[in-house]
Amino acid sequence: MTVGIVVFPGSNCDRDVRWALEGCVGLPTRFLWHEDRDLSGLDAVVIPGGFSYGDYLRCGAIARFAPVLESLREFAQAGGAVLGICNGFQVLTELGLLPGALTRNAKLHFLCEPTGLRVQPGLCRWLQGYAHDEQIVLPIAHGEGRYQCDPQQLAELEANGQVVLRYASNPNGSVGDVAGLTNATGNVLGLMPHPERACDPVTGGLDGHRLLASLKG
Amino acid sequence: MLDPAGEATRAAAARLGVEGIRQLRIGKSIELELEAPDRQVAQSQLELLSDRLLANPVIENWCLELLDSNGEQQP
Repeated sequence: MTVGIVVFPGSNCDRDVRWALEGCVGLPTRFLWHEDRDLSGLDAVVIPGGFSYGDYLRCGAIARFAPVLESLREFAQAGGAVLGICNGFQVLTELGLLPGALTRNAKLHFLCEPTGLRVQPGLCRWLQGYAHDEQIVLPIAHGEGRYQCDPQQLAELEANGQVVLRYASNPNGSVGDVAGLTNATGNVLGLMPHPERACDPVTGGLDGHRLLASLKG
Repeated sequence: MLDPAGEATRAAAARLGVEGIRQLRIGKSIELELEAPDRQVAQSQLELLSDRLLANPVIENWCLELLDSNGEQQP
């Protein structure tokens, strides 16, 4: 089991994800530069947080055209496990692997705080270590995390059980309190909170550990 | 869809004494120079760009305006 970690110009959580996976969970990783196309030998890929390509134009809008993401789209469609954290979630929506979009927080502030979440794992392979309706706390750190989609799309996501993470107390104005979404087959997860920042007892909070450790099966 | 930056600006306009603004939305304007063999090709390339890169139709509406090389508006 080796996990790829995508690195764009402007990614800034890539090393945190590496530490969480290698140092805390015990899984080997490989950095994937944005121009790489070769995902062979990888069992999962993480798109970390940060400001890919400076987040120019819109968050994730330019990253979507990176060569590595062409390969990632095929990887995801073949059932590979894909996790997009924060900017990674924004990239997954721009790429079309998850529906909707993430927009400026309702009160315009950049939010950086521990946040209560309710987990409804359903089919999501990344969340099988959590109980249905389990309450957890993960840190958020974003200025553009307000999830938006049209009401019909939201109803469809709800009916399919794809809204797998919800804010207990909605901090950013997301429709449906959406904090994280999975795709119809459960192999792709995008979430605004940072599980990799809640894996190490030194920094406090361990609720993200089970998410990354789910890769160990 | 909520435009929080537009709402904040609308509130500031009221402090300046300008009342009666029913809605204020903030978007972006992108200027680009394109070489194309004719107007149809230019139009279709700009539509592709607008729909797939410059705007995200999930959250944004867009329209485009073609000017000729003298800066005159095309019909």
